[in-house]
Amino acid sequence: MASYQNIFTQVQVRGPAELGVALPKGDQPRDNVVGFNRLLGFLGNAQIGPIHLGLTGIASLIAGFIAFEIIGLNMWASVGWDPVQFIRQLPWLSLQPPGPEYGLQILPPLEAGGWWLMAGFFLTTSVLLWCVRTYRRAKALGMGTHVAWAFAAAIWLYLVLGFIRPVLMGSWSEAVPFGIFPHLDWVGSFSIRYGNLFYDPFHCLSIAFLYGSTLLFAMHAATVLAITRYGGDRELEQISDRGTAFERGALFWRWTMGFNATAESIHRWAWWFAVLTPLTGGIGILLTGTVVDDWHAWAVVHHYAFTE
Amino acid sequence: MALLSFERKYRVRGGTLVGGDLFDFWVGPFYVGFFGVTSAFFAVLGTALIVYGAALGPTWNIWKINISPPDVAYGLSIAPFHEGGLWQGITVCALGAFVSWALREVEISRKLGIGLHVPFAFGVAIFAYFTLQVIRPVLLGAWGNAFPYGIFSHLEWVSNTGYKYLNFHYNPAHMVAVSFFFATTFALSLHGGLILSAANPAKGETMKTPEHEDTFFRDIMGYSVGTLGIHRVGLFLALSAGFWSAVCIVISGPVWSLGWPEWWNWWRNLPIWAQ
Repeated sequence: MASYQNIFTQVQVRGPAELGVALPKGDQPRDNVVGFNRLLGFLGNAQIGPIHLGLTGIASLIAGFIAFEIIGLNMWASVGWDPVQFIRQLPWLSLQPPGPEYGLQILPPLEAGGWWLMAGFFLTTSVLLWCVRTYRRAKALGMGTHVAWAFAAAIWLYLVLGFIRPVLMGSWSEAVPFGIFPHLDWVGSFSIRYGNLFYDPFHCLSIAFLYGSTLLFAMHAATVLAITRYGGDRELEQISDRGTAFERGALFWRWTMGFNATAESIHRWAWWFAVLTPLTGGIGILLTGTVVDDWHAWAVVHHYAFTE
Repeated sequence: MALLSFERKYRVRGGTLVGGDLFDFWVGPFYVGFFGVTSAFFAVLGTALIVYGAALGPTWNIWKINISPPDVAYGLSIAPFHEGGLWQGITVCALGAFVSWALREVEISRKLGIGLHVPFAFGVAIFAYFTLQVIRPVLLGAWGNAFPYGIFSHLEWVSNTGYKYLNFHYNPAHMVAVSFFFATTFALSLHGGLILSAANPAKGETMKTPEHEDTFFRDIMGYSVGTLGIHRVGLFLALSAGFWSAVCIVISGPVWSLGWPEWWNWWRNLPIWAQ
């Protein structure tokens, strides 16, 4: 009864490091620092590196570091530079956006939200540069740019929360604060203020795509692991030249639920479900307060909420 | 014709857990098997009960149809049919259908000679449902603590249950579960994007290879988990999301009945902070 399920890699083979496919002429070289980790090898590749940081990568890391420092130092300052209290209260500490009295002022006083704007600026710069980087690396290898566009979908939600919606509402104070519990407080009070976000249809869609993505990844990953004994993990080969692995994987779902994807189409399902999560979520946030003030009242008008 | 071009050679006898050859056949694209029969039985009966419950209710508005569990006054007893017994019947049918479906997946996996990862993964989802509808209500002493069946009524239940603990986002297991949901979706976008970008390269380029997959991710972040590893990572992330969801709700009430923000006071009150 017990049979091979390929949960971890039982025999690790270690050859010379793979340094990657050739880069186009004129591209910066990779930083060929390569190491191996046996623990990682149980799960996937043992090889770490090389990396191609390049200009956008380094700029992105620097901008991200600056944002991280602004947030961290402001939190530390908020407990009077006491290192013990900094650790003790860290989950509660925050860097808050400017108050409503400053509207959309570009540089309010630093301690009254100016630092928040700077941190947001550098963090935005960092993620945008990283997205440009995923685009450029894909181009350098002659690949499609699907990863960069998926990243852009996540950035859309981030920008709606921290930039687009505050601008439409006319105040930075509408944006999310930095901090672990403070950003959760923001989420909770945002939902209450606008009449329960569960009644926001785009919130419904975003949650459905979030759970759908998790369901899809469980289905897909489990299917591929189940057919690795036939080479199912070599998905690109199975796309260009379907073998018994993906025939069995496809038939599993066909016999189970009457429908199946293919080695390529399952990744289109995956990409769209994942991308639509922040895309619809961003729309849901953008409509809140700008177009709809009370989602429960809106749902009552549109006959899908219970009147109490 | 329900057969795919390559399907006929895979339609062979065997692999059943129960019933031998008796139910070993297909209906259209669907495999039947003993557990196909029980799946259909529970699914049809459960759906009929839901439709009957809807007919009893005040509305046919799909968003508002609601079938509630028994009042907490009934405790863990079997409630009268029209006062939650219906909900109990539906729950039994749901669990019967889910478990049958998982066992049917086991039979199909055996027939195809593939691993049992999918039924195991589905088992984690069933476990989460079982935790919400059976384990937690039993621990709290009443079926009335389970969620009602209805599109927006179950959302109201989630909302009300969350506010019972002031701010559910402070529930540590909820934090872990949400992080796993986000991480799974993030990883899925990376994996889906990577395969599509290798299979659909820039114009004029030939289709790429796993070497390109590894190179792309090593160039970007210095590590590529690999074509096999990403599926282990994905399955782990997705199942963790389901598992921690079950944990976060089962500890709400049975283990901690105050507001979740208060729970974190243990951290602020650790003796190590004394000066």
